[in-house]
Amino acid sequence: MSTMIKLSGVHKSFGDNHVLRGVDLEITKGESMVIIGGSGTGKSVLLKSVLGLETPEKGSISVDGQPADQGDRDAFLARFGMLFQGGALFDSLSVWQNVAFRLLRGRLKKPKDEARAIAVEKLRRVGLQERVADLYPAELSGGMQKRVGLARAIAAEPEIIFFDEPTTGLDPIMAGVINELIREIVVEMGATAMTITHDMSSVRAIADQVAMIHDGVIQWTGPVKKMEKSGDPFMDQFLHGRAEGPIEAVR
Amino acid sequence: MSLIHWFLQVLAAIGASVTALLASVGRISIFFGQTVAHLVRPPFYLKEFGQSLLTIGYFSLPVVGLTTLFTGGALALQIFAGGSRFNAEAVVPSIVAIGMVRELGPVLAGLMVAGRVAASIAAELGTMKVTEQIDALVTLSTHPMKYLTVPRVLAATLVMPVLVLVGDTIGILGGFLVGTTSLGFNPAAYIDNTVDFLETWDVVSGLIKAAVFGFIVALMGCYHGMNSGRGAQGVGRATTNAVVSASILILAANFILTQLFFAA
Repeated sequence: MSTMIKLSGVHKSFGDNHVLRGVDLEITKGESMVIIGGSGTGKSVLLKSVLGLETPEKGSISVDGQPADQGDRDAFLARFGMLFQGGALFDSLSVWQNVAFRLLRGRLKKPKDEARAIAVEKLRRVGLQERVADLYPAELSGGMQKRVGLARAIAAEPEIIFFDEPTTGLDPIMAGVINELIREIVVEMGATAMTITHDMSSVRAIADQVAMIHDGVIQWTGPVKKMEKSGDPFMDQFLHGRAEGPIEAVR
Repeated sequence: MSLIHWFLQVLAAIGASVTALLASVGRISIFFGQTVAHLVRPPFYLKEFGQSLLTIGYFSLPVVGLTTLFTGGALALQIFAGGSRFNAEAVVPSIVAIGMVRELGPVLAGLMVAGRVAASIAAELGTMKVTEQIDALVTLSTHPMKYLTVPRVLAATLVMPVLVLVGDTIGILGGFLVGTTSLGFNPAAYIDNTVDFLETWDVVSGLIKAAVFGFIVALMGCYHGMNSGRGAQGVGRATTNAVVSASILILAANFILTQLFFAA
């Protein structure tokens, strides 16, 4: 299998805060990589760096062999779908307009009726009924907003899907439903997935591969099956939620 | 020694403030340049432009109308009171008209719209930034400057002259109402005086000012919103900064434009 996303020596700082200190990571095409780590360890920054939402100071990022910061930006972004932590739905647009956002403008523009039909189909795929299509994001529960965000992420059938803390703020049952949906959709679409989370149930449900980030570098990476017996003290402490270990707990 | 130390600290504080101010000016200038560059390059989002026209223009009409109505009335009373010292009460209609169209109409409308629109744009875009909606736009292959800034700036620039034209008319009407009901002016003579003394350039110069003020209001709203800090406090600060900077820039631009148009 070929490499879809490759990060080499990626550094990113905000003032004196050196968030990424040389991240090396490879994600194989069609695989689901889950990046875990404590809060503030740079997981989101890493994900945003791939998309160009943050600009690394050093290092290189390539997608499908092409440098991420070169070439046609629209074509590059058209390959991605992303589910944001809070959904990031546009308040001023109805649910179906959110889902079909990419299909209503730009190079993927389709007639309005067709875009709506696709949006309704994607909503159905994530378990939402057609009547939800005409509601506004403010009228939805947190779980429904996540589902709409998921429908928007997959609306244009992207090759790569990013999930930023997909279960944060959800009850365990809804978190389980979202995890299951993500896994099903990623397998069904054959997409490459990159998820960041600190929810271990998400890791077990979604991941093919796991990477543990701490102190701005990847401390351990490997198949999810080997995660429990990684032998890595950072991974071990995080997995078992122990206060004692190499990861300092702020009290 | 301690006096020197204190003096150096004061100098350092002044230096830091000046540096921060210059950095802000630089960032706003870059934002201005980017906005202008995106204004002339497709794609154009017509629906967003239409919505902005409505929210910035139509919904500001009551605020601008009421402000200019009362100001026109007060202006008539003041000019009558001042003019009576020189037996020049008859100048009330022409001075109200000239004062409204050249100066008070555009400046007051600009300031009122700054309070209403710059605050609303900054709060909306600030919230969008905090909730990652702006990042979401980027991942959906939509440039935030094109989708959010350009429609608002263009709409404000085009709609402000219309708002000011309506405001000027209502302001003159305010003067007319006070003049004819309280100050003893003959209605027909008041209108004749207004029309006879008002020149086209008086009106046009006010409308040019209005367009500039509209541009400033939307630009400041968008700039502070897009650069909002995190959380409710960040959005609150962005909103305040948008109104304050838009108001100051409007008054500064008004002075420069007046100097440009009317200084002989």
